[in-house]
Amino acid sequence: MSSSERGKRQKQRKVLLMGRSGAGKSSMRSIIFSNYVAKDVRRLGATVDVEHSNIKFMGNLMLNLWDCGGQDAFVESYLTNQRSHVFTSVAVLIFVFDISSSEPAADLLSFASTIRALHEFSPNSKVFVLFHKMDLIPSVEQKTTVFRDRAAEVRNTCEAEGFVPGQVDFSATSIWDQSLYRAWTQVIYFLVPNAATIEAMLQKLADILDAKELFLYERTTCLIVTHVSRGPENPYPDRFERLSSILKSHKHSMAKHTGVMASEVSFAEMQIKTGAFMFFITRLTENTNIAVVMPSNEGAFNVARINVQLARKEFAHLDIVEKKGKEVQRVPKEDLEALSD
Amino acid sequence: MRTLFSDKIHAPCSPAAELRPDPFELPFQSSLHSSRSASVVNNWLTQQFQNELPSTNETSYTHGAPNPLPPMRRKANPRFVFMGMRRCGKSSVQKVVVQKLPPADSLYLEPTYKVEHATMHGSFLHFESAEIPTQLPVLSPSYDHASIFSNIGAVIWIIDSQDEYFSSISELLRTAVFLAKNYPSINLDVFIHKTDGLSEEYKYDTFREVRQRVQDELSDVGYGHRSISYYQTSIFDHSIFEAMSKVVQKLLPQLPSLETLLTKLCATCRIQKAYLFDTVSKIYIATDASPTLLKDYEVCSDYVDVIVDIKQLYGWQEQVGAPSTSPPQQQEQQEEDEQRQNSSDAGLIGESIVTYDKTGDGYMFAREVNDSLSLICIMGKGSSVEKRVLIDYNVDVFVDAVVKIFQV
Ligand SMILES: Nc1nc2c(ncn2[C@@H]2O[C@H](COP(=O)(O)OP(=O)(O)OP(=O)(O)O)[C@@H](O)[C@H]2O)c(=O)[nH]1
Ligand SMILES: Nc1nc2c(ncn2[C@@H]2O[C@H](COP(=O)(O)OP(=O)(O)OP(=O)(O)O)[C@@H](O)[C@H]2O)c(=O)[nH]1
Ligand SMILES: [Mg+2]
Ligand SMILES: [Mg+2]
Repeated sequence: MSSSERGKRQKQRKVLLMGRSGAGKSSMRSIIFSNYVAKDVRRLGATVDVEHSNIKFMGNLMLNLWDCGGQDAFVESYLTNQRSHVFTSVAVLIFVFDISSSEPAADLLSFASTIRALHEFSPNSKVFVLFHKMDLIPSVEQKTTVFRDRAAEVRNTCEAEGFVPGQVDFSATSIWDQSLYRAWTQVIYFLVPNAATIEAMLQKLADILDAKELFLYERTTCLIVTHVSRGPENPYPDRFERLSSILKSHKHSMAKHTGVMASEVSFAEMQIKTGAFMFFITRLTENTNIAVVMPSNEGAFNVARINVQLARKEFAHLDIVEKKGKEVQRVPKEDLEALSD
Repeated sequence: MRTLFSDKIHAPCSPAAELRPDPFELPFQSSLHSSRSASVVNNWLTQQFQNELPSTNETSYTHGAPNPLPPMRRKANPRFVFMGMRRCGKSSVQKVVVQKLPPADSLYLEPTYKVEHATMHGSFLHFESAEIPTQLPVLSPSYDHASIFSNIGAVIWIIDSQDEYFSSISELLRTAVFLAKNYPSINLDVFIHKTDGLSEEYKYDTFREVRQRVQDELSDVGYGHRSISYYQTSIFDHSIFEAMSKVVQKLLPQLPSLETLLTKLCATCRIQKAYLFDTVSKIYIATDASPTLLKDYEVCSDYVDVIVDIKQLYGWQEQVGAPSTSPPQQQEQQEEDEQRQNSSDAGLIGESIVTYDKTGDGYMFAREVNDSLSLICIMGKGSSVEKRVLIDYNVDVFVDAVVKIFQV
């Protein structure tokens, strides 16, 4: 997508999380945004009506997430009396299909009427379709065929409802592996309004540090906002979702060990030095950490650490600009942590 | 217990001790105020180890007090067998610990009908294990039991604590008596297994009941002196790895030396807890003498994961030539091996440190001893990052010592 297109986006981005009851919407929301671990989600009850949460990301992105309870009565109401309220000025719809559902035809019908309403009120919005609970399909071959067939089906529905192919993305997900992070990272990347600016700044920083890779992630979710790479291509294209998952597990591990809440755990710095590369993570802005991957050179490494500290104020200005505007409200920590002990 | 060096090693020593100017000791004195020059300590340590472990033949352990250790099997790998009743979890434990099966996948395991062997690849310990199917009459006189028991260090008996376990206890007793009679040098370890999802109280009662029963009945038949260790385990948390660590440690002749070294290191550098990990298996082969808590092991083990995973994602550039284009998963093993090779070529031993904003002044520290052993430390309060030079120095000494201990 072009940078001018990004620049025009609003700062508050409305994201609908929809799909039939039991599809796993609240499960993924709790894991990504509220520090649940996968085995905790069994305790979640069905969502009544809509649960709203606001999550502040890098720069001026404020995610305004609507977790829409999927029981038929609620969906009926979204499509009728609440229709314009729900579907107006939507940036992204995330629609979750339970791949193990016993009613695939009904799921597809529900999807069709949802995107019809979306097209009516937010014709330029983006749709992310998640085929969820993929862990329940045993073999890799089956996963691939099921995913391909279901995606083809859904794509036809989208086109029938007037969405052009580039407007719809498909992912296979499960709360039991990092695929969940891959899908959500794509959503975040799509939403970050000033990604081009941030990337340009990161690129400059990477050149100064002579780093192989820099990435920026949000501290609560560990979702990677953006990255820049230099030099030969890394053979692990899935590394960012893996890193999100690694960092999130580490957060949980530290929380368990020290007895504090996961949302309170944040490291001042993590360093890893090996003969092949050197790596550190440190705070960059209020909500983000930066990770730096460097060639193995002690001197350059120490200089880089200082340079990142100095670069903080350059990036901080992204946050401040935004604060002058509307008063930003964060979701109270207590809400996020409600069930985490 | 045997100590490798005198208590005074890091303490102020006799006036005779030679004082040499040393940049390390002025600003970074240890809390135990080492007034000895670092290099003296270093030489002294080295000498001591050479005296201690000069020849690799078994007699070097006759030093000092009567040696409580079993005959040395320095070169042999730790070997053990898993036994127990049907469906108790033998395959699951073996596959999760030795072959890194994700625990959730154990649901799909088929019953076992013949002896199944497993070997850990790429690890320091190279340990080997086998699952003995329940229906195999290995204890019967007609069975060639030597084929199973002649070469192993430990039998691990697994009891399913979520099932009726009295029949398992009587089989366990039969096995214990058989081992005491025929293979007295084999350790017997009991895993009271599948403790996940049980209440603390139930777990505790089961543990006590099993231990009491086995001990009572063994005494009745005259084998009460035979020591058996009991562990509560589950493949769904770290407890299985902690238990395996303790099983393996009992088979390591180097354990007392390693423990002494770790305890010294902790005292000198204000380390709260230190583990020496077999990096690949995440089994720890020694820890210091302070109380060992599962939660300390957990956080260290998770930390090893973080480092290993990140190393995998970014260590690839070391490979000469273009990175391979085939899917990384299929190559992981090979790549890891190559990486290890390469990183040692590059001459820099890996290390890592994590400091935290809100958890007081504690932090964690990791240091590779060699390609497959790592030292992981939870630093205590008062051990600020500024003391790093002292810590680095002492860790270097420690690492050298460990390398010497294992040199064959
Ligand atoms: N196997 C598997 N189960 C999952 C996965 N994600 C969620 N679940 C299970 O699906 C069930 C329903 O999850 P919820 O997140 O409450 O479903 P929901 O979509 O929010 O449902 P409503 O709020 O009624 O719309 C939970 O019991 C989860 O344990 C997954 O990736 N794999
Ligand atoms: N809850 C729980 N279940 C476990 C644990 N370990 C194994 N199991 C389950 O126990 C069942 C039997 O496991 P196996 O490993 O096949 O047992 P086995 O002793 O090898 O069985 P046979 O070879 O048939 O004698 C599987 O469904 C495992 O998922 C555990 O720690 N906790
Ligand atoms: Mg819900
Ligand atoms: Mg089996």
